[in-house]
Amino acid sequence: MANVLELQAIRKQYGGGNAPIVEVLHGIDFSLQEGEFVALTGPSGSGKSTLLNLMGLLERPSQGELLIAEQATSPLDDNQRTALRNRYLGFVFQFHHLLPAFSAMENVLMPMFAGQGKRTRAMEERALFLLERVGLAAHAHKKPVQLSGGQQQRVAIVRALANQPRLVLADEPTGNLDSQTADEVFQLMRSINQQDGVTFLIVTHDPRLAARTDREINLVDGQIARDIHQPI
Amino acid sequence: MQFIWTVAWRLLREGRFQSVLILSGVTLGVAVVVYITAIVNGLQANLINKTLSTQAHIVLRPADEDNRAVVNQAWVLSDVQKRTQRERTLRDWTASRDLALATPEVKHSAALASGPAFAVKGGVRKSVSLMGVELDDYQRIVPLQEKLRAGRLALPNGSVMIGVELAEDLGLKVGDRLRFDAGGDREESFTISGILDFGLKDLNRRWVLLPLRAAQSLLGHPLEITELYLTVDDLFHADQTALRVAARTGLKAESWIESNAQLMTALRSQRASSTMIRVFVMIAVAFGIASVLVVSVVQRQREIGILRAMGTPSSRIMWIFLLQGGMVGLVGSAAGSLLGAAIASGFSRLAAQPDGTPLFPVDLSPELFISTALTATLVGVLSALAPARRAARLDPVEAIRYG
Ligand SMILES: Nc1ncnc2c1ncn2[C@@H]1O[C@H](COP(=O)(O)OP(=O)(O)OP(=O)(O)O)[C@@H](O)[C@H]1O
Ligand SMILES: [Mg+2]
Repeated sequence: MANVLELQAIRKQYGGGNAPIVEVLHGIDFSLQEGEFVALTGPSGSGKSTLLNLMGLLERPSQGELLIAEQATSPLDDNQRTALRNRYLGFVFQFHHLLPAFSAMENVLMPMFAGQGKRTRAMEERALFLLERVGLAAHAHKKPVQLSGGQQQRVAIVRALANQPRLVLADEPTGNLDSQTADEVFQLMRSINQQDGVTFLIVTHDPRLAARTDREINLVDGQIARDIHQPI
Repeated sequence: MQFIWTVAWRLLREGRFQSVLILSGVTLGVAVVVYITAIVNGLQANLINKTLSTQAHIVLRPADEDNRAVVNQAWVLSDVQKRTQRERTLRDWTASRDLALATPEVKHSAALASGPAFAVKGGVRKSVSLMGVELDDYQRIVPLQEKLRAGRLALPNGSVMIGVELAEDLGLKVGDRLRFDAGGDREESFTISGILDFGLKDLNRRWVLLPLRAAQSLLGHPLEITELYLTVDDLFHADQTALRVAARTGLKAESWIESNAQLMTALRSQRASSTMIRVFVMIAVAFGIASVLVVSVVQRQREIGILRAMGTPSSRIMWIFLLQGGMVGLVGSAAGSLLGAAIASGFSRLAAQPDGTPLFPVDLSPELFISTALTATLVGVLSALAPARRAARLDPVEAIRYG
């Protein structure tokens, strides 16, 4: 199966200048296959978010190479990385991070709108289709503040799917939800993964959820401690 | 770009309090600019109008005659002295007039034969200026219609028009006879056909309009004139036109700008100080816009981060904020123009003359509004530059990190 993403000896350091240099990631190697549903676990401060930001092209590694769809990303300039992010990647954050000035439907079509600069009927239809899929069609024109936490996170998840990405990166998407809602949101991502074949990488602290993925990558002190493919 | 417009507009609408704050600032600033400009322009136009209502734009006179010492050696600097000037006249003036009229920019001309004389009535002698004119030509330069106080605007043979002060001093009314003594046994009596108010006491006491031929013979130089009056298309370039006319005709040409040098200096410095005020107000407006936008960039940090994370190019983020500056400038300038215009016309009504007509008209021309709108929009975009760059450079990771 094809690699969606590959990390080769990735290191990340912070600091320099006046601040002391701290290495947060000490050489990470792994790859994500098309259609995988992966959990990234590890204690607080182990570097999970840092790794996710690197994979999401929001930051550049200090050393090593990151390949997306078999293409090296280090030679790309910021605009090319932005365009790649727009087309291939989707993000889901812990705190929903919807745009408060826009309705649920507009939030969902925003990645398409932002990438192309203009808004089309087809975009609106796709946004409505996605909302319908998560049972929120009736709430399409509500602002985020009018939605519950679980509803907001479902909007955020389908927003990540707007541009039909190959990989969705989710940083503690259920961390802010009660356990029942967390379960529903997790189940939603699982079903999207199974139906559409979109690869998911989910950072989670919840061992119960991690156990329900295909594979768990465990990060400790900036190094991969375990990388287990689990039987379903 | 639709995306930029949509997001810029939504962010403005969402940040209601800030948007109202920033808009009020721009509105007030623009109102001050519009008000000052309207008042100053109106005042100046009115002053110039008044000044020019009794003056030609350019006056042509015979060139000064110089005494020139005989130069017999090449290295001797020529010794040029002005001769004492006596009343000099233009002989072949029709040729000069045609040359002057053929100069681009020159519109109309009128010949004048002027000179001093005494108006004599019942033993009282008043010193006056005789001004012999062809009435139709002269009126094209100095409009008389609204100056007429009695009688009619006509100068048939044997008639004169005089100012209101002279009429009062000598107890004259329309139809009365008045004798003029130009010295050297040249005397003649005229019938008063009209009485005029030139707007200035001195002129009303001295000016006497009479037919050109009558003035020429009374002043002792039949066929000759003393001045050619001209009007031009572009008032404010009359000095340059005067130079061209002088070069063509070989006559001395003086524009109204030179003969009213003091007024022009006063107007110019008034204009300069109003420009200063406008510039400083605009700078204050720019700082206002910039500081509110900087705060809004900080507050919008998380949204900017989300937009960047979903793949919005940083240039688009920059444009969103530039556009907000421009929108605020444009909308603020529209509101400010209305407010400034309202204040200015209110002021002109307050400062009205007893009869209710305004002391001077305020200048509320479309150009004023268009140029104000353009300036304010530009100022808006420019003052958004620093906040916009800041937004574009924001590190999305930093921006998103904390909920
Ligand atoms: N910009 C930065 N400058 C300096 N150090 C940083 C920076 N970003 C992250 N770090 C450090 O890197 C380490 C890893 O942080 P990271 O946020 O990736 O941890 P995490 O595994 O996501 O933790 P958590 O589970 O609490 O979210 C931490 O020690 C953090 O202090
Ligand atoms: Mg984290």
